[in-house]
Amino acid sequence: MSSYDIVIIGGGPAGLAAAASAKKSGIDSILILERDTQLGGILNQCIHNGFGLHTFKEELTGPEYAQRFIDQVLELGIEYKLNTMVMDITKDKEITAMNRTDGLFKIQAKSIILAMGCRERSRGALNIPGYRPAGIYSAGTAQRLVNIEGYMPGREVVILGSGDIGLIMARRMTLEGAKVKVVAELMPYSGGLKRNIVQCLDDFGIPLKLSHTVVAIKGKERLEGITIAEVDKNNKPIPGTEEEYSCDTLLLSCGLIPENEISRSIGVDMEPVTSGPIVNESLETSVEGVFACGNVLHVHDLVDFVSEEAATAGRNAAAYVKNNGSLGEKSKEIPILAVDGVRYTVPKKIHVNRMADEMIVRFRVGAVYKNCYISAYLNDERIIHRKRQIMAPGEMEEIKLTKEQLESFGNLENITVKIEEA
Amino acid sequence: MEIRNLTCIGCPLGCALTVELDGGEVVSVSGNTCKRGDDYARKEVTHPTRIVTSSVYVSGGAIPMVSVKTASDIPKEKIMDIMASIERVKVAAPIKIGDVVLANAADTGVDIIATKDIPAVS
Amino acid sequence: MYDVVIIGAGVTGSASARELARYKLNVCVIDKEEDVCAGTSKANSAIVHSGIDCTPGTLMAELNVKGNEMMEPLSKELDFSFKRNGSLILCFAEEELPNLEALFAHAEKNGVPGCRILNKEELHEMEPNISDEAIAAIYCPTGGIVCPFGLNIAMAENAATNGVEFRFNTEVRKITKSEKGWMIATNNGDILTKVVVNAAGVNADIFHNMVSANKIHITPRRGEYCLLDKTTGDLVSNTIFQLPGKYGKGILVTPTVHGNTLIGPTAVDHDDRDATNTTAEGLAHVCEAAKKSVPSVPVRQVITSFSGNRAHEDHHEFIIKELEDAPFFVDAAGIESPGLTSSPAIGVKVAGIVADLLKPEKNPDFNGTRKGVLDPKSLSEEEYAKLIKEQPAYGNIICRCEMITEGEIMDAINRPLGAKSLDGVKRRTRAGMGRCQAGFCSPRTMEIISRELGISQLEITKNGGKSNMVVGYSKKSVEEEA
Repeated sequence: MSSYDIVIIGGGPAGLAAAASAKKSGIDSILILERDTQLGGILNQCIHNGFGLHTFKEELTGPEYAQRFIDQVLELGIEYKLNTMVMDITKDKEITAMNRTDGLFKIQAKSIILAMGCRERSRGALNIPGYRPAGIYSAGTAQRLVNIEGYMPGREVVILGSGDIGLIMARRMTLEGAKVKVVAELMPYSGGLKRNIVQCLDDFGIPLKLSHTVVAIKGKERLEGITIAEVDKNNKPIPGTEEEYSCDTLLLSCGLIPENEISRSIGVDMEPVTSGPIVNESLETSVEGVFACGNVLHVHDLVDFVSEEAATAGRNAAAYVKNNGSLGEKSKEIPILAVDGVRYTVPKKIHVNRMADEMIVRFRVGAVYKNCYISAYLNDERIIHRKRQIMAPGEMEEIKLTKEQLESFGNLENITVKIEEA
Repeated sequence: MEIRNLTCIGCPLGCALTVELDGGEVVSVSGNTCKRGDDYARKEVTHPTRIVTSSVYVSGGAIPMVSVKTASDIPKEKIMDIMASIERVKVAAPIKIGDVVLANAADTGVDIIATKDIPAVS
Repeated sequence: MYDVVIIGAGVTGSASARELARYKLNVCVIDKEEDVCAGTSKANSAIVHSGIDCTPGTLMAELNVKGNEMMEPLSKELDFSFKRNGSLILCFAEEELPNLEALFAHAEKNGVPGCRILNKEELHEMEPNISDEAIAAIYCPTGGIVCPFGLNIAMAENAATNGVEFRFNTEVRKITKSEKGWMIATNNGDILTKVVVNAAGVNADIFHNMVSANKIHITPRRGEYCLLDKTTGDLVSNTIFQLPGKYGKGILVTPTVHGNTLIGPTAVDHDDRDATNTTAEGLAHVCEAAKKSVPSVPVRQVITSFSGNRAHEDHHEFIIKELEDAPFFVDAAGIESPGLTSSPAIGVKVAGIVADLLKPEKNPDFNGTRKGVLDPKSLSEEEYAKLIKEQPAYGNIICRCEMITEGEIMDAINRPLGAKSLDGVKRRTRAGMGRCQAGFCSPRTMEIISRELGISQLEITKNGGKSNMVVGYSKKSVEEEA
């Protein structure tokens, strides 16, 4: 059995940044396992621009952003295997994987970084009633077909869900000659960026119907049409508001789900809100030496934050290996409590002695908040009170905690992050 | 006097902007809550531009399409002309990021360039 | 001229075809769909019923119990997934205990072995996640679960390798008696045969009524289901039924042979035989009613929902006989639940009727065994490694959720009666049947189908007909190169 200091599961943006960071932190024995035919993950099909403003101060397309990290990985001489599926990982970090050339093989890792990304919520998971004809795709599947394979999934399109992938696909399908008739969104606000609403919908005169959902699907072989209806406050369709659209394609952009089947096989504790692992200040899961980053940990809005988070995970995995399989002594575990509009935080708990001098806590809010404050409390003492003109569930928020501040606070029991009215 | 209504793309707030124009000149911008809204509105009503991205056929690579973009912003009204100009473009691997796949697309003076490395496969 | 034409390639038609292959007969199965198992046989509870709930003395009761007995040896001969997991019929109210006792009395009359009544304590020990409201249950140890696609496809494939012909996309328009036999007019030309076996499921009354003055009437009875993620696989180990009573017929909660949980069905009569759509009310009812048996059933873990039409004949009984006023026309009609369970026994009965009519010789070359699509996960690590060395496609995972390899998909396409569509691949391998519902694997499966069958991806369908997956190319340049 071969062995590596760090094995990274996934060669997308998170895996690549974690690998580069671990290598730069002094670990040479690193292996990336990627299930697809190329490194770069989902960015390969995200051919639109708008990536990398935070990281590179310029606007890149998905493939260009990915290539910057692929180049780093290649220059650093980091090993990787493509077309390789991880079948199982034990608690002792023995990995079983498979590909065409190596067959079924096992690898012993000292540390593992989970970077498997996420998948799209399917029609089945949404439980949309109706027939099950061809022509119903998740937006990402259609994106791959159009952008990488060169096929058109259909000519007349309705999109359910106004997340960024749905908006981006409205524009892509239009540019490639399809007619996008409407984008329906269940919530009273869009899950996508304003910029995408303007440049992907308004530019092409595509209507966005908020508080609407698909209530019927017609067509026994190929999709022939759908019915949308307005929903009430409980997201129940309001009778009498139905509108029919003829279309041969329905694209679904209704949320992303972290792909944690392998994480569960290792036995890491999961956070139901994010569907990702619970991690501490080091982005370490409940299984020591197993770290998580990127969309497998929690779904991000911007890839720049994925890269940043993954670099942290890579650094910490390197420290774990260099310190002979330990991140050192643990001080008391301090929980971070997400309340009053804050849905969750990553990390969820911290050992103050182990944290970096400055630590970013990321979270999402549960509704649209205007002119409110993000507040953080150490026990009952408010240490952060930052005004935000607007916060929305589609955008990730963050606060910074400093080690000094936490260390100097006497008898810290917990940290609370909440949204407060003006 | 002409009035144009826009949605600001500067942040998630999405301010409803109202621009007053006189003979193509911006007279006033209102509805914005910050400077970015003002800047955006002035550019968007006088000279709106976009980056266009798509993919074109590539032979001899592991995948059949290579992603491309306009090397810089093009006038918004030229978007569909740009798309028409690449409809029949074919390139051959190897392709490197930045390679010009079509020069001066749709007479905009802007090139279409590759945004992905496509190595040649035998 | 055929000896026998079977209309319908569902479980009934396929079981009949396999049993008829034991004779030296020229047999053809025709179906209007592009594949076997495309109607009611693909959309049901996937249950092998014990037979306790059939009315004693009926053909249903007889064939259910026989089919149940046959299922285990058949699953070994034909290599499909079957598990005798047992079933429980829950009673929720003191006043319904007499009904439970009455139903229990069927066990002996129908010849269902091993049944017993469990008190509350025994019940909860057996199934800890069962509702506290359940006060007693009948336990039927012979109850089982089966892969309905596996069963149907296995019987059809085995019939095909033993010489039975299958014609798909062939829809019957008219059936007339001629001097030579029965003339079946279809969209693909006329077919002449000595014997017709009518195994047309929800459409069986149409064909029956074409040839007989004694009309039958079948009502499509919609049953809607929700399938839950494999993470729920240990929710219950038995199939959990509710005692029919004042709450209606009840919704079952069952594990599947592949480790998912299945909940359903509704039972709503309607008049469109092709209407396999789900409804908002139906799905809501399934999720709500399942909680009556298992309050913790995690309905947020639904990965797909589907609907099937039971072929409910007015008299709620299997009709398996030669028609009195239409000699050599054999009905296998009114095959609703427990039709899946009964199918192996129905096949034997149909073949017996046909054999009495045609007096055929035995087919000495009949081989009743068949190997299914190889599941590499069933191999030891050494065997698996060896397999990949010999056939690297078995090392290439295509469906991430169900861990299905390229090798399995190629096998499914290239075997007798192989898959031609995405659903065909799905039903033979489970590729696309997992939690992402083919989001990741459909483009890759399409590539493999295109390569193996030598067809353009534009021709690939979800399930035949006009169900094409893609409608064209994104650019003229791609079209020119294709």
